[in-house]
Amino acid sequence: MPQPTDLLFYAFAGLTLLCGFLCVANPLSRNPVTSAMFLVLTIVSMAGLFVLLHAFFLAAVQVLVYAGAVMVLFLFVIMLLDLKEEERRKLRKVTVGLGAVAVAAIAGILAKAVSGAVPFGGDKLVEGGTKPLGRILFTQYLLPFEVLSILLLVAMVGVILLSKKDLK
Amino acid sequence: MDALKYLDPTVQFILFSVLKIAVVFGVTMTFVAYAVLVERKVSAWIQDRVGPNRTAPPIVEFIPVLGPFLTRLGIFQPMADGLKFLLKEDFTPSYVRTVYFWIAPAIAVIPAFMTLAVIPFGSTLGNPDNKMVIADLNVGILYTFGIVSLGVYGIVLAGYAANSKYPFLGGIRSSAQMISYEIAMGMSVVSIFMLVGDLNLSKVVEYQAHGGWLVLKQPVAFVVFLVAAFAETNRLPFDLPESESELVGGYHTEYSSMKFALFFLGEYANMIASSAMMVTLFFGGWSLPFLGEPANGLLGGVLHIGIFVAKMAAFMVLFIWVRWMFPRFRYDQLMDLGWRRFIPLALANILVTALVVAFTNR
Repeated sequence: MPQPTDLLFYAFAGLTLLCGFLCVANPLSRNPVTSAMFLVLTIVSMAGLFVLLHAFFLAAVQVLVYAGAVMVLFLFVIMLLDLKEEERRKLRKVTVGLGAVAVAAIAGILAKAVSGAVPFGGDKLVEGGTKPLGRILFTQYLLPFEVLSILLLVAMVGVILLSKKDLK
Repeated sequence: MDALKYLDPTVQFILFSVLKIAVVFGVTMTFVAYAVLVERKVSAWIQDRVGPNRTAPPIVEFIPVLGPFLTRLGIFQPMADGLKFLLKEDFTPSYVRTVYFWIAPAIAVIPAFMTLAVIPFGSTLGNPDNKMVIADLNVGILYTFGIVSLGVYGIVLAGYAANSKYPFLGGIRSSAQMISYEIAMGMSVVSIFMLVGDLNLSKVVEYQAHGGWLVLKQPVAFVVFLVAAFAETNRLPFDLPESESELVGGYHTEYSSMKFALFFLGEYANMIASSAMMVTLFFGGWSLPFLGEPANGLLGGVLHIGIFVAKMAAFMVLFIWVRWMFPRFRYDQLMDLGWRRFIPLALANILVTALVVAFTNR
């Protein structure tokens, strides 16, 4: 008999794949807002997968940052731009071909990564608490962490520079 | 109760969880209904009016002495309101985006109730393992913020679904407003968790039961959180997504009947959730300065729940009181307050707290 967590895994994984598919290729609607909403659902179901891995912090941050903030801004911009042509545009053969090549490439890399991965021991389950995560971030991975924060700072300064029209 | 002991622990857990969810949901719904009545009564007192004072089922007026008194209190008004919302015509305008028009009210209500899951509304009831919180999460506060940040979708989608100017403006406003104040709100609680050293809300209450209420240690954080809570729940003086005088009714202009009522239900449930959060984070949760130990018996447990509900009700009255005392902010004032005052203030508060913690503890 399958464990309840296994069933939940299949439910969330299926939901993630289904919503991800509907986000990029929805046969019923070509409305950008609908795509954005399916992306939100994808993110939330991925958070469910994180919970099943006991990575509660990652799950919470996933929902908080991506679903709660980034996607709201996406929605905000899509609504303001009122993308009418998007709904009418037809698929071209060249784009489909290029897309297929890109997907195949990513799938190849993923398959290589998965086949080379060492199976994770079920006995030493890592609890994704905030304390161990913070400790690792500020000791082992301090340099990448700080580089990332500088990258974010540069992006912020860039945004301000671009959006301010009359700089003195 | 004895029969329960022979059940499987998992079954017991599920049984108790379902029971707690049902009770919390029921109590919250009742609270919402009566918060609307309190809202109307308080507004009436502030504006020197009478408020609801004559709705009652026909039987009540035959009760001698007590009957007219009960009628004047207006306590039957919420039932009449609820009935009215259910029976009114549910009109869907022809130009709306139907799918979003239907799901937006539901999305507005669900997050508000999901937030309540991690709030410890009492210590224990009966035996010490029976904690009075639905989900005792280790990342409790992050869960809350994650869910709260999803609440904006209900309003934004309602504005989008209506497919007309004013609701759309309301939706756009709410997305900008809620994202802005979420940052200030998130930053204000960081200092609390620096002091407590744990993200679990039960631990926060435990800390306060022994070490005094956090509102005394973190007054700045409390003020930032309180104001951000008003903005997050779209209550006056920050109800710009709705603002009747300029946007007709904002995001819910096109809604009628029960769908309209769901937005209100969401708003009041959000108020309850943020009141509960403030009580938990700053006002000691279920504890009183002289009642800090988790309860042993049934009576103590009920008393603790009572203390929690009383504190929460006090915050609800504050929410309502403020609504009728202050005029609405202008939109640029709202943004200015959020980005240029509260975020720097919250950051400074984190810095000062960090310095104090660093020099005193370790």
